[in-house]
Amino acid sequence: MRLKYLSFLPIVACLVACDQDELFNGNFSNNNTKNPSAISETEDYFIQKIGDVVLFEVDNSGLTALAKLTLDKQADWLSLNLGYQVLIEGHADEQGTRDYNLALGARRAQIVKEYLISRGVDPSNISIVTYGKERPVENCSAEVCWSQNRRAVTVVNALSKG
Amino acid sequence: MIRLYKLLFIVLFVFPCLSLAQEKPLRITITDGVVEPLPLAIPKFLSEIIGVKDIAKNISTLISEDLIKTGLFRIIPDEAHISRVTNFKSPVLFADWKAINAQGLISGAVTITKLKKKLCTDPRGCLVVKFKLFDIFSEKNIFVEGQKIYAAEPSEWRRLAHKIADDIYFNLTGEIGYFNTKVAFVSESGVKNDRLKRLAIMDYDGANVEFLTDQGDLVLTPRFSPDGSKIVYTSFKLGKPQVFLMDLKTRGTFVLDERSQMSFSPQFSPDGTTIVMSVVNDANTDLYTLDLNSGNRRRLTSGPAIETSPSFSPDGKRIVYESDRSGTQQLYVLPIGVGEGRRISFGGGSYGTPVWSPNGDLIAFTKKSGRRFHIGVMRTDGSEERLLTSSFLDEAPTWSPNGRVIMFFRDKAGSRGSSSIFSIDISGRNLRKIVIPNSGSDPSWSSLMN
Repeated sequence: MRLKYLSFLPIVACLVACDQDELFNGNFSNNNTKNPSAISETEDYFIQKIGDVVLFEVDNSGLTALAKLTLDKQADWLSLNLGYQVLIEGHADEQGTRDYNLALGARRAQIVKEYLISRGVDPSNISIVTYGKERPVENCSAEVCWSQNRRAVTVVNALSKG
Repeated sequence: MIRLYKLLFIVLFVFPCLSLAQEKPLRITITDGVVEPLPLAIPKFLSEIIGVKDIAKNISTLISEDLIKTGLFRIIPDEAHISRVTNFKSPVLFADWKAINAQGLISGAVTITKLKKKLCTDPRGCLVVKFKLFDIFSEKNIFVEGQKIYAAEPSEWRRLAHKIADDIYFNLTGEIGYFNTKVAFVSESGVKNDRLKRLAIMDYDGANVEFLTDQGDLVLTPRFSPDGSKIVYTSFKLGKPQVFLMDLKTRGTFVLDERSQMSFSPQFSPDGTTIVMSVVNDANTDLYTLDLNSGNRRRLTSGPAIETSPSFSPDGKRIVYESDRSGTQQLYVLPIGVGEGRRISFGGGSYGTPVWSPNGDLIAFTKKSGRRFHIGVMRTDGSEERLLTSSFLDEAPTWSPNGRVIMFFRDKAGSRGSSSIFSIDISGRNLRKIVIPNSGSDPSWSSLMN
């Protein structure tokens, strides 16, 4: 595992020292529960350096090559950093009916979940939710925004102790 | 004789689709063609005691508004009237109304009085409205009982006016009305990526908006029970979409099916005993029915496709729903308990949110073709498809109780875009925006209320 992680060194290099320590420590959930700011630092790291979002094509739940790259990184991180509850949110853009988009979001989230499991993430800590077209991140009615809204977001939360 | 001549002229030359039944002279038959509105006179209702003048005027004005909005009637302004109704019991001077070409006359009188039985909590007593409907050309009172009388709390004057308008509509068209009805909907505020949603109900015309939930939880797609006493809806209250049931009297709510990982898109059966909805099992969204009495759940569809937006036929024996098993969203009809869903939509584009009409003859739907969305209707075998609207996003049709009008919502494009609820006749005419304080979506039209 450690050897595999060497490939992330270029990314890690730009982080502050304590993040590096935590990354290679691989077990900071105990610390997190004691110190709320540490939670957000770790989650920020996941969001910004690993990437918590994968995007989808129109009316499609297939994983693109880029999405798989991101999910591979997520799987590696989650395999190293146990003690996290993972929630996959599936989203759709506004170009569809409400009900269908809820179903499509569920399908996207499930496909991400299955991919992460196939890459070694513990299935017992992953759940999914769909928001359909209800929670877009971008507001405009054009492909530049829609492409950002057709997404699955991997949300990590430290498991509480006990 | 004049009457017959006029009738022939109208039927044959001017408005081929307006027909006046011969045995009941004042009768407008609603068809899909162009209709010339029937001219009616509704003089200001009389106030029988001091202090009800405004309420009497408001009632007659609201009756006029209800009838005008149907597109079937024209109200002759009071200024054009020759005859003044000064006493509810006075004989009608038919010649004066004929002279201004009124075909029907509605007269009414209003009072507030204490009834023997304490029906009303208002200290002044009950609001009591008497009214009559006259056929001017045959010089007849249309109500066999001579007059009708309604009583209610003075605060419920709008409901009374809608009931009177429903009576007039029924007597002039032969079909039940849709004015004394409610609409459950989602009240929206905020921009698209920070939108707050609350469950609400309102009168069919947008008045009396009442919120049922606060804006803390995302809520979607409320649906009225057939008797109007409950709604089912989707809420994210527990962090994921789940179908909830709310009793409108007590406002009590509960999760319908805790076995479901996620559930949404609920609809009542016509007898109110069963809910049909979408349930997510892993990646797969299928249809289930849930018996409200026993809690028994029954799976209706299986397989990897998305099956959602179910709606019962009025006899409760079939459902229409959408599935993407062909590769695109299409409409299917499934006889419950017998065999497979049969596809009924074959036009270009994709189809969703089918809703069976109360008369059973039509299915309303949302259609996407290219980048436009439409509300349309088709027969239950998929034939005779007609698109009624077109915009950036029109969605979620719901039927008036008599199957003549459809409400839906329209979402505007762009970062400042918001949703509005509209109504349109199934003829494709008479598009009207329902004016409400905030934005609104996901309308569900109730049955006719008491």
